[in-house]
Amino acid sequence: MEILHFDIAAPVPAGGTRKMALVGVVASGNLEVLVERGDAADRCAIEISTAAHGFRDLWDAVVADFVGRRAAGGLRIAINDGGARPDTVSLRLAQGVRMIEEPEA
Amino acid sequence: MSNIRQSWYEASARERIAALVDPRSFAEFVGPECRETSPHLGIFDLPAQFDDGIVVGAATVDGTPVLIAAQEGRFMGGAFGEVHGAKLTGLLRAAKALGRDVVIAFDTGGVRLQEANAGEIAIAEIMRAIAEVRLDGVRVVGLIGGRAGCYGGGGLIAGCCSTLIVSEQGRISVTGPEVIETNKGVEEFDSRDRALVWRTMGGKHRTLIGGADMFVDDDAAAFRIAATAALARPAKLDAATLAAEQARLERRIARFGDLGDATDIWHALGVDDPKAIPDMPADTFATLAAQYRESADDAR
Repeated sequence: MEILHFDIAAPVPAGGTRKMALVGVVASGNLEVLVERGDAADRCAIEISTAAHGFRDLWDAVVADFVGRRAAGGLRIAINDGGARPDTVSLRLAQGVRMIEEPEA
Repeated sequence: MSNIRQSWYEASARERIAALVDPRSFAEFVGPECRETSPHLGIFDLPAQFDDGIVVGAATVDGTPVLIAAQEGRFMGGAFGEVHGAKLTGLLRAAKALGRDVVIAFDTGGVRLQEANAGEIAIAEIMRAIAEVRLDGVRVVGLIGGRAGCYGGGGLIAGCCSTLIVSEQGRISVTGPEVIETNKGVEEFDSRDRALVWRTMGGKHRTLIGGADMFVDDDAAAFRIAATAALARPAKLDAATLAAEQARLERRIARFGDLGDATDIWHALGVDDPKAIPDMPADTFATLAAQYRESADDAR
């Protein structure tokens, strides 16, 4: 298992009041994304656990794109990856941010 | 509330719970934020899931307080590992302490091979916990209609429930099609023959032979209505119930044991045109099943 950590500047703070959001499932070509509230409102911390070794650069690009496009400030994100493609990762991250902004279901 | 029909088969574990319980009534126990993941999968370089493939908690169903569990069939085939099993065992023990009914949405291939010893022990613990809670008069309602079906130890646990609700897509068995073919040969069971698999292990056959009690369409709302009805049924388990069920099973094997195909059994039950059953819509089938099916004695 390769564990990757990112802690990057996220200019747009996340909205909503939910404490936690979970999207996706750990299955082949899929992943789960657990979104929680972190400490600093202008940072986004992401921890990735993946069995597909050697893709740090790709994760780096996907994460940078995510933080640049979404309101990810103040979030702490944990990912269990089942070998998802970058587009699936982007989709799940977007779903996670959207879900934590929604009122409690 | 949306009027669009939600497929039970396609839904995730969390979507199934949301479809079953009253809005905002669900409180999860040991949720994903607790990160109680499998201690074994990492050894095999396999990714964990934060809830270990099962969601457990408390909720109300049509106003009735219940404890509820749902397996995620897409993670490791919904298989039982150490944590996964312990969450269900704990829920059932809580049900005994609280005297509260339990709803379990099964979706499992059985025991997780990577943690087989822990998984097998979990199956035994769960079966014991169900027996103990049912002897106290608590209902344990099983729902089966997911993509992984209910196989292996999951099939054994389902057999311990007080009521089983199944859809056509829901398969219930202990040994799966591929395992039978591997051990006994393709002449015994062709696992690629999907029609054979479904008419041998699918919801319609299980309903007709008394292996499942209520048949519903692949519709989350239909599962919710059936679960509500199942939670209103009498809850009784005693030696007489078990003896009656044992006698029924002995009669069943004597009556159908030599028949080669499920359609032969349906014919023997009195169904005139058994070959029409697989294509029959759910409501038509439910009417037919009510007339011809064997009823279990709530002990299975």
